Formats: sequence, C-alpha cells, structure tokens
Amino acid sequence: MKFIFEPWPWYVAGPLIALIMFLLIFVGKQFGMSSNLRTICTLCWADKKADYFDFNWKSQRWNLVVVFGAVIGGFIGAHLLSNGSAVAINPDTISILKDLGFQSAGGSYLPDELFSLEALTDIKSLAILLIGGILIGFGARYAAGCTSGHAISGLSNLQLPSLIAVIGFFIGGLFMVHVIFPLIF
Amino acid sequence: MYKSEAASWFRIYEMFQFQSFHMYGIIGSALILGIIGVQLIKRNKLKSFFGETIQILPKEKGIWQYLYGGIIFGLGWALAGACPGPIYTLIGAGYVSLLVVLVGALLGTFIYGLLQKKLPH
Repeated sequence: MKFIFEPWPWYVAGPLIALIMFLLIFVGKQFGMSSNLRTICTLCWADKKADYFDFNWKSQRWNLVVVFGAVIGGFIGAHLLSNGSAVAINPDTISILKDLGFQSAGGSYLPDELFSLEALTDIKSLAILLIGGILIGFGARYAAGCTSGHAISGLSNLQLPSLIAVIGFFIGGLFMVHVIFPLIF
Repeated sequence: MYKSEAASWFRIYEMFQFQSFHMYGIIGSALILGIIGVQLIKRNKLKSFFGETIQILPKEKGIWQYLYGGIIFGLGWALAGACPGPIYTLIGAGYVSLLVVLVGALLGTFIYGLLQKKLPH
C-alpha cells in the first residue's frame, strides 16, 4: 500500500486518465477541462459582452462538478496521499534549470521562484503567471480544447483537428522553452 | 494529476526538453487505452449508464483555430507549467499562486470571446 504515497508512475496515471474519460463518456459527457473556463466567464456575466458566452450554461454545469472534483483530488493527493518526496526529473534537466536560475529544481513540486507567496510580490513572476494563464485560456478556447479535450479525447477518437491542435501545443511549448525561456530567465 | 506529477511545472519543462519518457508515458498510455475503448464503444454501440447510445462527436472541421489556438495554448502550457486541469488540482493542493494563473485563464477566455468573430478559424 505504501506505493500510494510515492509519486505514481506513468503506467498508473495514464490508464487512470483513460478511465476518467470513459466514466465521463458513460454518463453521457466528455472529458475536457477547458470548457469550464467559458462556463465560469458566463457565470460572471460575460454573456452580456459577447455572443460566445451567450449559451445554455446550465447544461454545462457538470463541467463545474468536474472542476470541484479536480480541486478535491489535488487536496487529497497533496495532503493525504503524499510523502513529500521531490519531483525526480532528469538530472540534466535539473542542471539546465539551475543555469536559468531555478534553484528549486529537483527539490520541490513547483518552482518556488515562480509560485511561492514571496514570488507573488515580484512583478516579473506575477506577470509570468498571469500571461501564462491568459495564453492558456485564450489558446484553449480558440482551439476548442486543451490537452484533455484534444490530446486525450480527440486523438482517442482519431480526430484530425485534435492532431493539428496537439502539434500546435508542441510548437508553442517548444518555442517557449527553447527560445523564450533563455531570454526571460 | 497530482500524484503522477503531471501537475508539476518541472515535469512539463522536462517534457519539452525531451529528457524523460514520463509525461509521454502518461499521455501515450491514456491514448492507447482511449483509442481501443472508443473503438469498442463505437463498434458495439454501447449505451451509457442512463441507457442512451453513446455518441462520441467528431470535432468541428477546420485548421487555423486548432493550429493557432494550439500554439498559443502551448506557449502558456510551458510558461505556467500547467494546463487547466492541473490548475484546479494545484489550487486544491494549496498552491495559492495558481489563482493568478486561473484569473489569467479566465481573462484569456474572455478576450477570446470578445475577439472570436475576427479570428481565422
């Protein structure tokens, strides 16, 4: 049972994700974690501002239940099922990150340099978090899906649009890591 | 998401450096099972728990919305080290700063809604 407290390997996580997708399919929904952003905007009266938000949000309420589940899952995962071990990434990755200034690489779950409470008072790391978020929200809705909706659900259904989206994700991600990071960090 | 470290910024960075199989393993194994399962559901016309035949809808046709949207998303994914699911998971885990990312994501969604009609799809 002790393995539950260790970080879980990919061959446990991947199948679990597939299981969630099928559970959602079997209750007549889909596995997608970005449409809730639109639902939340509509709940904040965005439907007065643009047609995109003028839709039957009540039919999408289940999105919010999944979000709630994700929050609880994070809580349980971090506080009840954790042993505090560090994220064991490749040592080469750790050295690259330390050269960029991320001393917390290899030591913590998230980089303190960006995510600690102190970092929130630093305008640069705050901007990075905010801009990162804006790109995620804008991109996921423009592409009508994020990794769950396209890389998992869409590709499982052998959808070409999802393949294009995933290629886009990688172009963006690689550009950010290889071109932009060395410039900003 | 949390226990598999897929919610860790470091793992996302590592993925884009191709320095570990971990993230590819997660996505790949989910995908292989997903493809098999979806085929089984479609060929056998399986029903949901509520008795209705399951319909797995195809995505709307198009290129640019997926490519441009995908690239923009990818930029954010690497920068913030999270996609929407992990944002919520990390908030649940107690990382308050993800609320900034969430506010950004909602803002980004809102901006998209305003600009939608003017963008190539």
